[in-house]
Amino acid sequence: MMKTIKRTAVLLLTALLLVPCLSGMLAAPVQAAEVTINVYNWGQYISDGSDDCIDVNAAFTEATGIQVNYMTYDTNESLYTKLKTGGSPYDVIIPSDYMAARLIAEGLVQKIDFSNVPNAAYIDEAYKNPAYDPTSEYTVPYTWGTVGVIYNQKYVDEADIGGWDLLWNSKYAGKILMFDNNRDAFAIAEASLGYSLNTTDEAELRACADLLANQKPVVQQYVMDQIYDKMIGEEAWIAPYYAGDFLMMQEENEDLQFYFPEGTFNFFVDCCMVPACADHKAEAEAYINFLLDPEVCGENLDYLGYSAPETAAKEYMDPEMVENPIAYPDEETLSRGEAFIYLPAETNQYMDALWLEVKTGGDDTVRMLIIFLAVVAVILAVLLGYSLRKKRRKARRGTYARS
Amino acid sequence: MKNRFLAGPYLLWMAVFTLIPLGIVVYYAFTDSITGAFTLENLAKIGIYLPIFFRSMGLAAIACVICLIIGYPVAWCIAKASPSRRRLLSMLVMLPMCMSFLLRTLAWVALLEDTGIVNQALGAIGLGPLPLVRNNGAVILGMVYNYLPYMITPLYTVIMKIDPKLEEAAQDLGCSGGQVFRRVTLPLSIPGIVSGITMVFVPAVSTFYISQKLGGTGTVLIGDVIESQFKTAYNPNLGAALSLILMLMVLICVGIMNHFSSDEDLGEELVVQ
Repeated sequence: MMKTIKRTAVLLLTALLLVPCLSGMLAAPVQAAEVTINVYNWGQYISDGSDDCIDVNAAFTEATGIQVNYMTYDTNESLYTKLKTGGSPYDVIIPSDYMAARLIAEGLVQKIDFSNVPNAAYIDEAYKNPAYDPTSEYTVPYTWGTVGVIYNQKYVDEADIGGWDLLWNSKYAGKILMFDNNRDAFAIAEASLGYSLNTTDEAELRACADLLANQKPVVQQYVMDQIYDKMIGEEAWIAPYYAGDFLMMQEENEDLQFYFPEGTFNFFVDCCMVPACADHKAEAEAYINFLLDPEVCGENLDYLGYSAPETAAKEYMDPEMVENPIAYPDEETLSRGEAFIYLPAETNQYMDALWLEVKTGGDDTVRMLIIFLAVVAVILAVLLGYSLRKKRRKARRGTYARS
Repeated sequence: MKNRFLAGPYLLWMAVFTLIPLGIVVYYAFTDSITGAFTLENLAKIGIYLPIFFRSMGLAAIACVICLIIGYPVAWCIAKASPSRRRLLSMLVMLPMCMSFLLRTLAWVALLEDTGIVNQALGAIGLGPLPLVRNNGAVILGMVYNYLPYMITPLYTVIMKIDPKLEEAAQDLGCSGGQVFRRVTLPLSIPGIVSGITMVFVPAVSTFYISQKLGGTGTVLIGDVIESQFKTAYNPNLGAALSLILMLMVLICVGIMNHFSSDEDLGEELVVQ
């Protein structure tokens, strides 16, 4: 009898333990419908619902039921590294033009099925079949923009502005920020020296590196997204950055101003792509399609300050933004912009090495070496002195013992 | 046999997460980033980065010495306090470590920057903004602040374990307070000093976050270079080679340190004396 009760109890307990597993199995098909896509975008690069603006990701989930796992990066290069090393199944990425070309060339992305992206019809002709994706099979433009100089009018003399040379002005030493990625940093040196922003000439690149090394003593820090806090908080006064981000910063600090430097500057298009490793291609395309919807695009970019690649979106924007000469510069200014193209691997590597040289070169190295050696010498001297004394004592003890 | 069996899980852990990754680091260090062929080029590049190695080791060594100077008296006080106070004090030492290391470093930036709290307070009493951040001093401060508990903890453990009878005996034999410390307490705490220095030096020499946040353009450390090779430059081979060299340098430093602490059993000798 006892045995039977025990056995029943065991059986019951086992059954109870199985309940969660069973319910899990039953619930599984329901959960499977709830797909989560991994979106990997630049920091501060989507309208997130602050300031009563649209929350793009939430609106997408509401419209389609697809969950969005949103992550950010701060340079094209770190995005590239993540994709190259693998193991991160992103479904949508938003690289800039030159990186898009590199990703296509290295087979890290896949063609977009445009039957899932009907809103691509809204894209302006000017942004179709671009140099970085000649057949427009891999990319869908997200925004476009320019690089210029941001300065704080409270501290910077109007007489000093106008060119890239403001970033070298020793009057503002320690208050100047600089790009922390080689392509953007070199572009500024190239524009200053009058070279093409896509030069592959090693002597020209070397000259650019020298110019950047000259700038180092006046640079406060090499930064990317940190620029927001630093410029708004007036920790720094001068910085080269993307025009769209400037418009966002100016809302926080009205003393911030922007200009397109004389000569050339970088003109770029950031575009949506689907990596080759994507797990949910169709859902990724639905997301891209959603971003292209004129209403979503208009409200999103109205908040971001970046420029829209589709005229239809302008209807949904604040008219002030559409008229803004920084977001939508005139033809004459735009004609001075130069887009990046994909550089050969050797040039990329040479630029990486030069950039590292710029960043690591320092004038206090000898002093540091002396300090290090001095500290080591002191520690060694103390330890040596100590062990010598010990030996001497031991020797003395030996003589006592003998005597 | 039984003991070996008990160590099994750890041995497996070590093999999977220490030895194999180390092998991969060595493999990367000796191969070319594009072709994948065997090369010594990555290691040969150390010449360019030697100044940065020295800067990292110099700053870490200074941080170590400062940690020792600050930490030793603290550890001594904690060890000599009554058991209930000892628990409280050692908890206070460990308390900052319960907060994220990144957050604490960022908090220092907010304190020290030109528009930061300290400079604003100074400005209020009419003192101009002082360059408190983005220099070597700020990096050393960050290292000392973050790694001080690693110095105090081993020191305090070792000092606490010193048999008070030894100190009493020295006093009975006529040693003054200073002599007791110099001849008994200090020599007996050398193992603690050595492990404290090791535990501060090793993380300090390879740090990159502290130098990125508290340092300026001129305080790039070897950790920053290694990080950039993996994060943005996509040259894991050079990164691996630099890590390997850093590891060797640290091992040499630690080896020299340990040589002096373990050549003889200090405690035993003292008792004999």
